[in-house]
Amino acid sequence: MSWRSALGRAEGHGSAQDGVGHWWLQRLTSVALIVLGVWLTVSLLALQAHDYLAVAGWIRTGWTAPVLIAFVVVGAWHSQLGVRVVVEDYVHELGPKTLTLALVTFAHVAVAAVGVYAVLKVALGSPL
Amino acid sequence: MSARETSEAVARGRPLSPHMSIYKMSRYCLLSSILNRGTGLILSAGLLLLVYWLVSVAEGERAYAAALAVLSSVPLEIAYALLLAAFSYHLVAGVRHLIWDTGHGLSRMQSRRSAFWVFAASIVIAIALIAWAFIPAAGAR
Repeated sequence: MSWRSALGRAEGHGSAQDGVGHWWLQRLTSVALIVLGVWLTVSLLALQAHDYLAVAGWIRTGWTAPVLIAFVVVGAWHSQLGVRVVVEDYVHELGPKTLTLALVTFAHVAVAAVGVYAVLKVALGSPL
Repeated sequence: MSARETSEAVARGRPLSPHMSIYKMSRYCLLSSILNRGTGLILSAGLLLLVYWLVSVAEGERAYAAALAVLSSVPLEIAYALLLAAFSYHLVAGVRHLIWDTGHGLSRMQSRRSAFWVFAASIVIAIALIAWAFIPAAGAR
């Protein structure tokens, strides 16, 4: 049995090494989104027509679907990290803050999941 | 840190790190920071719109035709212009943040100057993208 207090045992071990986790992920996703975001913007602007066949055809062309999925996932991730900071800046009470952050995270996961499912359904569905 | 946490820390005589309120940011730097947040939130909303569009494609031709009627309405056409402008700004301002992260351009004069260049570059990119989207001849090369 140790006579040291709980605080004494906890102190002095240095950092847990994940203090920059949020910061680092925000940077990592932002670098990826430079490429993915420019690709998506240019691709959408370059679409010649917006009817069903043109759009579904574009999603089924070459590498569109996997890159689009990457955009949806990384975009939602980056968005979650950003909205989280905004919530932390404006919602101070612990209860409402925790609840809001949980809802923000759930919403982002839901948006990403639905987006990925939609792209897969178009890309892998029966021929047009 | 909430006002309550701050007053508790003061009451217990604990040291406080300097708060945002004691720094005086230049007007341009403050505007560039607020705009980065605002455009980020606009782009988050844009992601919802993108997923709505993708789902409508996944649901098949008839559902897509119904969604396209909504997606090509005037309010959403305005939203696309706003999204393109927001993307332009968030992209350039984000690159500025990444440069800051390498330890460069952090002095007061440099950050004021880079704020100007972020505004200038993003306005040029925004105009180019919006022209591409809305002027038929600009896209048909």
